[in-house]
Amino acid sequence: MNTLNLQPNFTDGDEFYERLLNAHEGLIKEESDALNARLIILLANHIGDLNVLDQAIILAKGKGS
Amino acid sequence: MNKIFERSLYPYHRHPDQDAADPAHHPVVIIGAGPVGLCAAIDLAQRNIPVVIVDDNDKVSFGSRAICFAKRTLEICDRLGVGDQLVEKGVQWNLGKVFFDQRKVYEFNLLAEDGHQRPAFINLQQYYVEVYLFERLKALQDASAPIDIRGKTKVTELRQTDSHATLCLNTPDGSYEILVDWVLACDGANSPTRQMLGLDFVGRVFEDNFLIADVTMEANFPTERWFWFDPPFNKGQSALLHKQPDGVWRIDLQLGWDIDKEEEKKPENVLPRLKAMLGEEVKFDLDWVSIYTFQCRRMERFVHNRVIFAGDSAHQVSPFGARGANSGIQDVDNLCWKLTAVIKGEAPKTLLESYNSERVFAADENIMNSTRSTDFITPKSDISRLFRDAVLELSEHHAFARPLVNSGRLSLPSYYAQSDYFGTDIETLPNISRPGAPCPDVRLDDGRFLLQTLSDGFSLLLLNLSVEQIASKGSFAFNLILLDTRIGHNQKLGERYLGNAQSAIYLIRPDQYIAARWTEFKKATIKNALSAALGQEL
Repeated sequence: MNTLNLQPNFTDGDEFYERLLNAHEGLIKEESDALNARLIILLANHIGDLNVLDQAIILAKGKGS
Repeated sequence: MNKIFERSLYPYHRHPDQDAADPAHHPVVIIGAGPVGLCAAIDLAQRNIPVVIVDDNDKVSFGSRAICFAKRTLEICDRLGVGDQLVEKGVQWNLGKVFFDQRKVYEFNLLAEDGHQRPAFINLQQYYVEVYLFERLKALQDASAPIDIRGKTKVTELRQTDSHATLCLNTPDGSYEILVDWVLACDGANSPTRQMLGLDFVGRVFEDNFLIADVTMEANFPTERWFWFDPPFNKGQSALLHKQPDGVWRIDLQLGWDIDKEEEKKPENVLPRLKAMLGEEVKFDLDWVSIYTFQCRRMERFVHNRVIFAGDSAHQVSPFGARGANSGIQDVDNLCWKLTAVIKGEAPKTLLESYNSERVFAADENIMNSTRSTDFITPKSDISRLFRDAVLELSEHHAFARPLVNSGRLSLPSYYAQSDYFGTDIETLPNISRPGAPCPDVRLDDGRFLLQTLSDGFSLLLLNLSVEQIASKGSFAFNLILLDTRIGHNQKLGERYLGNAQSAIYLIRPDQYIAARWTEFKKATIKNALSAALGQEL
């Protein structure tokens, strides 16, 4: 079973973070939400493996929820 | 014009049972002459079990209602002798279009898998299906099959003991009682039988309303399935346009939950909606309008001592994916051979537990699928709508997102879970034909299809074995099918039933499900598997 990679894996983390924020620049809340939703679907398809996605969902949900 | 669903098909006649000194006794009474009840009656009659069918009406169903009949249903109807009529009359389509807001986001072509006799599904009004089933029943009756159809006969009381049930039947001439060994309740979503027994549905999941209309159009709309998410003519909701025979189009418009049904059904409210959808210039006649309310739920158990529930009376799903009539017909396909074996004393009464477990499993699968479609079509929260719209946006330009678009998943037969009724699997053989699977159809070299070679009883399919090898083991009470895939013969059969194995033996149930399979021929194991399939103690 494939497992979710929790080690640093970005080729350039700072650059990614900046581009993510830039993508949301000037958007109203609804537009930002829609962008995030499309992004999640795109990345989820890239990962594909249901086990890995499930681990990510559980981690993202955290203990408090 | 006198419409097909306005004609009296089985008018009330006074029956000798009504004048009998003591209540007459019947082995099986089927309550409800809809598609499910009629299929059950034909199946049992073909097995020489006398059936009485009672219905409080005497006509076929009003309006188109169930309009998609899936391949598995057509295969069952072949066994019941009406498959050809359904396929000849039905509309076949391959192209589907998906619209979102103002624009078409993509289209898809449903290319059917090769080597099956029947298409993935056909569109056909429920009343035609009922008429063909009824005609088949009459033909069996004319050939002296023990069939008794009683119109305008309503069950008003039902009592049961462990040995039989007593039904009180109300007719235009008053009431009478009959005794019955087995009652099949095929009386629909609002099942009066279920209510009389004080049983109710569990697991209510979802509620919504759909305006359903049949319109006859002269317009040149192509034979395609069009589905709209959030269209301008039905803001925030969905719509579906589907072709039926006779130039009739079926339109489903989602209305939401909190509406005034009587108001919405009025022509002055319906016509503007349809004009906004079809275009002001399109000429059409409105044949039938109904408001459809649905829930996704099922009974906890389908077998209650002498009363057995099948179809909508036992489970209800949303209409997306056409899983109502299709699953109901599969219920009775599963039930009738078992009930016959119990009535004839070939199997213990406990065999009916396998009907309960297998069809409850299938109902859960159908509820899961139709609930998922419903969640996609009618998002119930802001975040649900956000993701739904994101998928639709992406689907316009990216093929990867299209499998996520869910406007109903095609009704497919269930693969039943491993149980005592099925043999232990041999995993080197193809997974598609494992025990618990419905037999995949295959076109044979001689032009026949595999399912056509199966009988109403158990069949034994023998691949790459010689007659001599079998004959030396003694006689069998099976329909034996000997087929060869060697030297380039029956290639698809080899793919679906052999894989890399040299030979294989399949025990196939009367409902065309695979009971057990082996790669080596051993008479004792086959006998044990048959006993297990019949629920006999080993």
